[in-house]
Amino acid sequence: MNTSNIELPAWLEIVVIPILNIIAALFFTGLIMLVIGVNPVEAVGHLLRGAFGYEGGLGYTLYYTTNYIFTGLAVAIAFHAGLFNIGGEGQAYIGGLGAGLIFLLLDQYLPAILLIPIGIMAAGFFGALWAFIPGWLQAYRGSHVVITTIMFNFIASALMVYLLVNVLIMPGQMSPESRYFSEATWIPQMHEVLGVFGFKVTRTPFNLSFFFALLCCFFVWIYIWRTRWGYDLRTAGNSEEAAVYAGIRPRKVIVTAMCLSGALAGLVAVNVIMGESHRLLLNFQLGYGFTGIAVSLMGRNHPVGIIMASLLFGVLSQGGLELAFEIPQITRDMVVAIQGLIILFSGALALMFRPWVVRAYLKFKPLGEQHA
Amino acid sequence: MPDWLLAIFNVLDDALLPTMDATLRVSTPLILCAMAGLFSERSGIVDISLEGKMLAAAFAAGSVAAVSGSPVLSLLAAIMVSVSLAMVHGFASITHRGDQVVSGLAINVLASGLTVVLGIAWFRQGGQTPSLDSSARFMPIDLPFVEAAQSIPFFGRLYSEVLSGHNLLVYVGFAAVWLTWWVVYRTRFGLRLRAVGENPLAVDTAGLSVGKLRFSALVICGLLCGIAGTYLAIAQNAAFVKDMTAGQGYIALAALIFGKWRPLAALLACLMFGFLDAIAIRLQGVNVDFSLSLFGNVWPIKGEVPVQLIQSLPYVLTVVLLAGFIGRAIAPAAIGVPFSKER
Repeated sequence: MNTSNIELPAWLEIVVIPILNIIAALFFTGLIMLVIGVNPVEAVGHLLRGAFGYEGGLGYTLYYTTNYIFTGLAVAIAFHAGLFNIGGEGQAYIGGLGAGLIFLLLDQYLPAILLIPIGIMAAGFFGALWAFIPGWLQAYRGSHVVITTIMFNFIASALMVYLLVNVLIMPGQMSPESRYFSEATWIPQMHEVLGVFGFKVTRTPFNLSFFFALLCCFFVWIYIWRTRWGYDLRTAGNSEEAAVYAGIRPRKVIVTAMCLSGALAGLVAVNVIMGESHRLLLNFQLGYGFTGIAVSLMGRNHPVGIIMASLLFGVLSQGGLELAFEIPQITRDMVVAIQGLIILFSGALALMFRPWVVRAYLKFKPLGEQHA
Repeated sequence: MPDWLLAIFNVLDDALLPTMDATLRVSTPLILCAMAGLFSERSGIVDISLEGKMLAAAFAAGSVAAVSGSPVLSLLAAIMVSVSLAMVHGFASITHRGDQVVSGLAINVLASGLTVVLGIAWFRQGGQTPSLDSSARFMPIDLPFVEAAQSIPFFGRLYSEVLSGHNLLVYVGFAAVWLTWWVVYRTRFGLRLRAVGENPLAVDTAGLSVGKLRFSALVICGLLCGIAGTYLAIAQNAAFVKDMTAGQGYIALAALIFGKWRPLAALLACLMFGFLDAIAIRLQGVNVDFSLSLFGNVWPIKGEVPVQLIQSLPYVLTVVLLAGFIGRAIAPAAIGVPFSKER
């Protein structure tokens, strides 16, 4: 029976099937744990304690969540335009370069009120620039964006190694890092903010960028579902031909979508560079771009889903550290493996359970609705 | 022989031969993976998971070699693991018509995490497998008449120092190119393979199973990636190391595209990318200091060679090629599109 044409009610489509996919991914995660001789239940306990239980755990969890929201949104917005942006990794990296360059240039002269918006814009702009080229090549030269963004990840990495080792390195230092930026560029961390109101909280890298990320979710939602541009984006993503008939120029949409996507990925630098490290370092973005793909797939490319998926990956990242501490067989690489499984089941095999769900639905559906 | 010719040969001997030797060594995994990708992509399945399959295979080879001490057994294990991953890719993208790029990415991410998790659990060396004795590895073999050829300038040394003295898998890599060419262009299977990547509907109409053909292509793809991974872990190196593929699967994919999905052109692209890599390794930390006179100006060129520039050249060149600025790379027509019988 071909079930792909049978429509399901929304709650089955957007709640039940995604949950089944995640359960499948977690089932295999449990199997892996059994193979390496770890009790999965015990592991989950450590994971949750690491993510929430101890002082500062939650702060770190939300810090990671912030990064995943940015890269998840980046993947999602490109996805709605029918593009698969694997280049979040490189775009985030170059976004950091943008913020870093502007700070190295200006941080001694301007006040925080100017530096922070300029830094955010620079990060977004450089990220957008790094995505613009693959986007333009896709739109006007027909080069596939998947391949070009992969290549651009490697080019970004080579470029950053060169710049950090040879140009931006702090003189007289061995490790390839830039100098610290002035405090005027620092985005306030939550323990400082709460300290002003008299709360005493453990120092964590969790900073105000988190709320900026939530704001971005809101704007992305408005953009995709409540503006003409978003309509153009979704139309071109669904059917290029239909878009052309509707007077939409798909090429323009592709370039715009890639630029927005790159800008969002570039904002990772706001959280990491401006919020925590306060200097440019090697591989500060490592893994966030790829996790963004898992986040977006899991969150079904919707901002609300992305926030929830980001939180889950934040828990995994932070809890994974605690887990590694408690159980020596497990390192953070376990989290990478879980990511792989989630990309597989929530992405590539997203429709695997659908025929079963359809059959179950047809069986239990009240008779009166049968031909509705 | 005139003196000047001997002088040229001497320069070539000292500068070029070691680089060419290194080129062959670093190109081998690229060649094997590019051929693997060729089978998959010619059948219409995008394969960005060359990297993950090679990594998982390298881990399997390193682990089995550490336990059993047998290179042949390790090779078989590596192939088995790599083919299984290819089957996962097939299950997702052929059986369930999932997104091929997403599926490939999943395999890459999964392999990069799982190899380390299992490595730490089994060997407790931080994700590495134990170092191997030479008996557990594929060791260099000398081709015949190496001694005799040594005395002939350049060509003799080309034979004895560049072509000879590699391990078996290097030669397997080159044989794979010829074999790939033969299978793809000279056999019935090859014809069908190409057809299914260009127009699966026609193949289906002719009464052949699109899925079966694509699955067979993926089996071959997995097999070749398995050999590539084995090469990395137990031939070129003496153990599996965390993330040891380091993007070579992607470079192989770039070479495949650069070679316009043809075996011989892809081989040349692999050799070129390998050569760039070998040069980059040789120039690491080398300082240059000379001046270049151009258009009446003298440009001083001084400082460390930007090795990263050379290392990123394969990627830059591939982007330029894809952009259609140097020739045009046209992918198989049906690539990336899941086949569905019902229309």
